[in-house]
Amino acid sequence: MARIVGAVTTSHIPAIGKAIARNLHEDPYWKPFFDGYPPVHRWLEKVRPDVAVIFYNDHGLNFFLDKMPTFAVGAAPEYRNADEGWGIPTLAPVPGDQRLSWHVIERLIGEEFDLTTCQEMLVDHAFTIPMALMWPGTGPWPVRAIPVCINTVQHPLPSAMRCYKLGQAVGRAIESYDEDLRVVVIGTGGLSHQLDGERAGFINKAFDIEFMERLPADPLWAARRSISELIELTGTQGIELLMWLAARGALGGEATTIHANYHIPISNTAAGLMVMERRAA
Amino acid sequence: MSRPRPIPGTTLFDGEQAIKGYALNKMCYSFNSAANREQFKQDEDAYCGRFGLNAQQREAIRRRNVLDLIAAGGNVYYLAKFAGILGLDVQDLGAQQTGMTKDAFKAKLVAAGR
Ligand SMILES: [Fe+2]
Repeated sequence: MARIVGAVTTSHIPAIGKAIARNLHEDPYWKPFFDGYPPVHRWLEKVRPDVAVIFYNDHGLNFFLDKMPTFAVGAAPEYRNADEGWGIPTLAPVPGDQRLSWHVIERLIGEEFDLTTCQEMLVDHAFTIPMALMWPGTGPWPVRAIPVCINTVQHPLPSAMRCYKLGQAVGRAIESYDEDLRVVVIGTGGLSHQLDGERAGFINKAFDIEFMERLPADPLWAARRSISELIELTGTQGIELLMWLAARGALGGEATTIHANYHIPISNTAAGLMVMERRAA
Repeated sequence: MSRPRPIPGTTLFDGEQAIKGYALNKMCYSFNSAANREQFKQDEDAYCGRFGLNAQQREAIRRRNVLDLIAAGGNVYYLAKFAGILGLDVQDLGAQQTGMTKDAFKAKLVAAGR
């Protein structure tokens, strides 16, 4: 049976892509951010996932307001990115796992999550930057991926509790799969930041720190809050913590923090990173 | 349409904004394509016309004014692609919207980490 080896949650700020391309890992501005990742690489080498299920939000690359799914699951043979209008470097296509995608889709719809299914899907920086952070270099990707996209563009957004429950259902779906696969769940986005309005530049360090501390053992501390309360606390784009809640939901059970990093600012954002594992029973 | 309690300096992109901003956002979404960005640069007003932007939206595009673009129904995720054409990063946008210099805006971000 398939097994979830752990969860990684990470920011996905577009500027990271440029910093990687320019090899700025030791640059004083970037070092406190990039120094968070080698422990993740060592952890990934240890747990050796075959598949990554990635909860992310599209920023207007694949989905437009003409048709905006609340939850969309990729079922494509491979996933490509594009320059998004600002010359973002394109990466090698990430292979999919269509059979597992359809298993997850069937299970989720069976649990009354009414999804959009995508056999073609462009993935944006919220998918590709975490991939490049997890598995640096130019070699072939060591994992197959299943993107799960959560709408943060068009309000009303799904509630934090709904995203957490979606994650839980994804976790159950994975663990009911008949192949012996090791699966890592990844949630991308956040932490606190706001790009738009007179409140642009809003960051809430106190909330982020408490959120990261509580996520392993008490995810409901955040998940039971309303979207507008979370936006007030974390900013209009800080709401991307929904992806962290979904990934935490997928991990299930009692969890423990293996590694964490937090740094302000990268671009306009408080950058966060966590690796969590399920606590041994 | 019911709206939650307002957050100062913040416009949530709800149904009302979606209705107001559809043409503007559709144009900005088109900037995913390099060929479209080129066409916009060649004749901005004609390009705005093709997408049916109203006078308020055209004026906000002409003035590169982010707060006015949001007031005209613009959604930040699509507006970011317009900013990309202009070579502006998110700190330029933040500085403009808060009425700060870019250096002052960056200093504010650094201060948030203390
Ligand atoms: Fe984002």
